Amino acid sequence: MDKYIEMIRIRFLMMLAYRTNYYTGILIYSINIGAYYFLWSAIYGEKDAIEGMSVIQMSTYVAVAWMARAFYFNNIDREMAAEIKEGKVAVELIRPYNYLGMKTMQGLGEGIFRLFFFSVPGMVIVSFIFPLQFSADWTTWIFFAVSIVLSFFINTQINLLTGITTFFLFNNTGLIRAKRVVIDLFSGLLIPISFFPLWAQDVLKYLPFQGISYVPSMIFTNSFSNNEAIQAIIMQGIWVLILIIPIQVLWIIAKKQLIIQGG
Amino acid sequence: MFYIAIFFQYVAQYMKTRMQYRADLFVEIFSDLLFQAVNLIFILVVFGHTNLLGGWTRDEIIFIYGFFLVPYALFSSFFNIWNFNERYIVKGELDRILTRPIHSLFQIVLERMELESLFGAVTGIAVMIYAGNNLGLGFSWTDPFLFFLFVIGGMLVYGGIFVLIACISFWADARTSIMPMMYNIGNYGRYPVDIYNSVIRFVLTWVLPFAFVGVYPASYFLGKEEWFLYSFLTPVIGIVFFSISIVTWNSGVKRYRGAGN
Repeated sequence: MDKYIEMIRIRFLMMLAYRTNYYTGILIYSINIGAYYFLWSAIYGEKDAIEGMSVIQMSTYVAVAWMARAFYFNNIDREMAAEIKEGKVAVELIRPYNYLGMKTMQGLGEGIFRLFFFSVPGMVIVSFIFPLQFSADWTTWIFFAVSIVLSFFINTQINLLTGITTFFLFNNTGLIRAKRVVIDLFSGLLIPISFFPLWAQDVLKYLPFQGISYVPSMIFTNSFSNNEAIQAIIMQGIWVLILIIPIQVLWIIAKKQLIIQGG
Repeated sequence: MFYIAIFFQYVAQYMKTRMQYRADLFVEIFSDLLFQAVNLIFILVVFGHTNLLGGWTRDEIIFIYGFFLVPYALFSSFFNIWNFNERYIVKGELDRILTRPIHSLFQIVLERMELESLFGAVTGIAVMIYAGNNLGLGFSWTDPFLFFLFVIGGMLVYGGIFVLIACISFWADARTSIMPMMYNIGNYGRYPVDIYNSVIRFVLTWVLPFAFVGVYPASYFLGKEEWFLYSFLTPVIGIVFFSISIVTWNSGVKRYRGAGN
């Protein structure tokens, strides 16, 4: 266990060394939040509420969805693809740790760094620019904290799955890009799932994506009742468990058919 | 003339290399399509809850997005200078470019082109035809010419802004993240500018004129007379911004000292 925690620490320190990159990151996310803020304000127009959400809840939703993305988002699928292509994965497999576990921990180190140096200050800055509403209820914050951790795991597991496909496809840059676009839409980052037409909501119910962005953001904006929040968090937890299966299966197959070229 | 010949030589060469990896090419075009589809789905879902967006109807917004895709496709096919700093300055590749008897920017355009992005223009035109049909837009013989003019104008606006940002590398060594920021600001131009506040509107019109890539030129075809003046300014703004960027580029190249090695 020690070595995994050490890995989180190393990643954290590595990110700390290049922290200037993140100041512009906050700006970029703020620009995106701004774009959607104006769009949603225009969409609401004179209306008080759409699908039970007021315009302030909506702006808060947009802001927290983007800032939470900074926490759960990582590029370990791309890193894995690069390591597999370059053959570095051979060395990784010899080392006395679980490769996938290690990748997850690196992602977590990155996530923790961005939580403190990106999401939190970003949220503060954004709350000065746009009218946002923060919950005063401490249960909301606890639910949100649990939910955001689970959304990190779901997103990371999907990244691991995409990363493992490199073993079979060799070149999967297109797939990685496609996955990112699909997640942005179906996770509820761009539009809350409750805004989709009902048939689409029914389909999305059976997919893990809404556990990534929709659930924590809805909790944060108090758009879920306590009961709904608990149910949604349990669903997230179930997805984390379910996703372990395809990852393990693919990983075992991948290890068997792996051929390292040169080295 | 020589430049045109060189251009087609490069295109031929490019086709050969891309056709070698057809599956990859196919996936890339597919993921582009997916990206455009997501933006369309966003518009469609949003209009499930409202009839007007700042006074614009669903099909008008879709039409603007369709128009935006065309100059954007041209831009992303020919102006892949987003990693100019790392690729050409830090690695010293620009030395190689400068020894050749063609304008340096033109060579970089040729080297870095990604013709598969042109597929986005096809999507854009299809989207425009769909939305135009729904709106019952008339069609006159001048439209194709103006369309061409506006598309080129829009591409030059984008090209000009990004070349200018690339020029920063001539004066400052440090890596900047301005490029990705600009891509995100560019997205503002896809929607009607009247939904933004006046400061942002001013910036999008005169400082970083991304509105000239989407809303303004598309307004002409939508018959929004209050914006006609801006529509016709599109090629002018394009030429002005692109000329500024060329002048800056040339003086930047004069300052350039190789990275050593």
